[in-house]
Amino acid sequence: MHWTEYLNPLMQGAWLTVQLTLYSTILGAALAFAAGIGKTSRNHGIKAVAVTYIEVFRGTSLLVQLFWLYFALPILGQGIGLDLRLPPVVAGVLALALNIGAYGAEVVRGAIQAVSKDQFEAAKALNFTRRQTLWSVALPQAIPEMMPSFGNLAVQNLKDTALVSLISLGDLAFRAEQLRNFTQDSTTIYTMVLFMYFGMALVVTAMMKMLERYVGRWRSARG
Amino acid sequence: MSDTIIKFDQVVKRFGALTVLDHLDFNVQRGEKVTIIGPSGSGKSTVLRILMTLESISEGVVSVDGEPLWHEQKDGKLVKASEAHLRKMRVQLGMVFQQFNLFPHMSVLRNITEGPVKVLGLSKQDARERAEELLEMVGLANQAQKYPHQLSGGQQQRVGIARALAMRPKVMLFDEPTSALDPELVGEVLNVIAALAEEHDLTMLLVTHEMRFAREVSDRVCFFDKGKIKEQGTPEELFTDPKEERTREFLKAVLDG
Repeated sequence: MHWTEYLNPLMQGAWLTVQLTLYSTILGAALAFAAGIGKTSRNHGIKAVAVTYIEVFRGTSLLVQLFWLYFALPILGQGIGLDLRLPPVVAGVLALALNIGAYGAEVVRGAIQAVSKDQFEAAKALNFTRRQTLWSVALPQAIPEMMPSFGNLAVQNLKDTALVSLISLGDLAFRAEQLRNFTQDSTTIYTMVLFMYFGMALVVTAMMKMLERYVGRWRSARG
Repeated sequence: MSDTIIKFDQVVKRFGALTVLDHLDFNVQRGEKVTIIGPSGSGKSTVLRILMTLESISEGVVSVDGEPLWHEQKDGKLVKASEAHLRKMRVQLGMVFQQFNLFPHMSVLRNITEGPVKVLGLSKQDARERAEELLEMVGLANQAQKYPHQLSGGQQQRVGIARALAMRPKVMLFDEPTSALDPELVGEVLNVIAALAEEHDLTMLLVTHEMRFAREVSDRVCFFDKGKIKEQGTPEELFTDPKEERTREFLKAVLDG
């Protein structure tokens, strides 16, 4: 087979990889903010939930989390009379998001706590509530600081999507494996896949850079 | 009728083993302009930070307009103030910081309108009008759309003053407002503070090292040493005829320095 004939199936896989990356990064970011802010909470209950989530998902492997959601959860559900079978895409997005969210939470917490004490004092002197201080003062300054780390996590997430091929989702890695079994043309196929992942990573990096500039645009005001 | 707006009654403040305020008694009358001077570590900034509720007290009672600041009545007893009580009390006070502490991600205008809109519940339009008046007063009417980092230190501090005034506090606290400024920018900030001192209703508490300025604007100067008021009086009394040896030493050091 000529290498151009691999393109179509690989592109199909790449499209699923893009979707998985996009959905799990967005959901992961939401989880990261919830858990990262939760960890700075004064409420012990909220803090305990956030810490537990972060530690469990950072302390176990993504592959095991994925298998647990896809294979173990339905059986657990059966035991208590609930249908917890997840479609492979949902299990994949969920596992990726939960994983990336736990790492992102530490980035969020760190950036909030790195906001200068002076800023919190100014907010208090203006009689802001804790919530107003978080949303109006701390987060707008912390978010631009989070962006480089978020960029790394998003690229990491893109590469981690390859694991979902193990629950038979037809992503880029899965399509590559199928083609290779069929044609035995490992060198061509995996070289192409290498470049395709690299190309997607470049796009993710560029998008995160644009986002970084957007959320920190006040820092570059001149004149 | 004495009209005391601020009262420190035997107030002690400790940081670990260090005693910063040592059974301090200190009163300020409504509308009075009081300057606090003294060597570093004498507790002068701590007085302001306690009033702004940035530091708690270890012992004693602080009252603002007749009501305890760090305590509240509960079942007939005086207990430690809740956050709700502190929030209620805080509206009476405004603070200008040594390092300005402007919000770097907000324009000058928004720095001034954010508090009135979010905390006082003013409409955006009203807050904007109030902010524009204040910017006019501090001489920065044409800088409203800039970000703090685009302004000089003196301009930033004038925004800091406008931001605090926008909340219409009864008492303004100035914590070394010119100490972080280049010498040539000190004057523009002091002029704004001097203009404010003309307002009869506003009570002002100023910690400063600018002795000549203290002399011009204050009704009373307090010399702090080791967490207590060592000596106080009108600027005339304190600067020309200090009674205490410690005051003379300090004044000599700062005025000759």
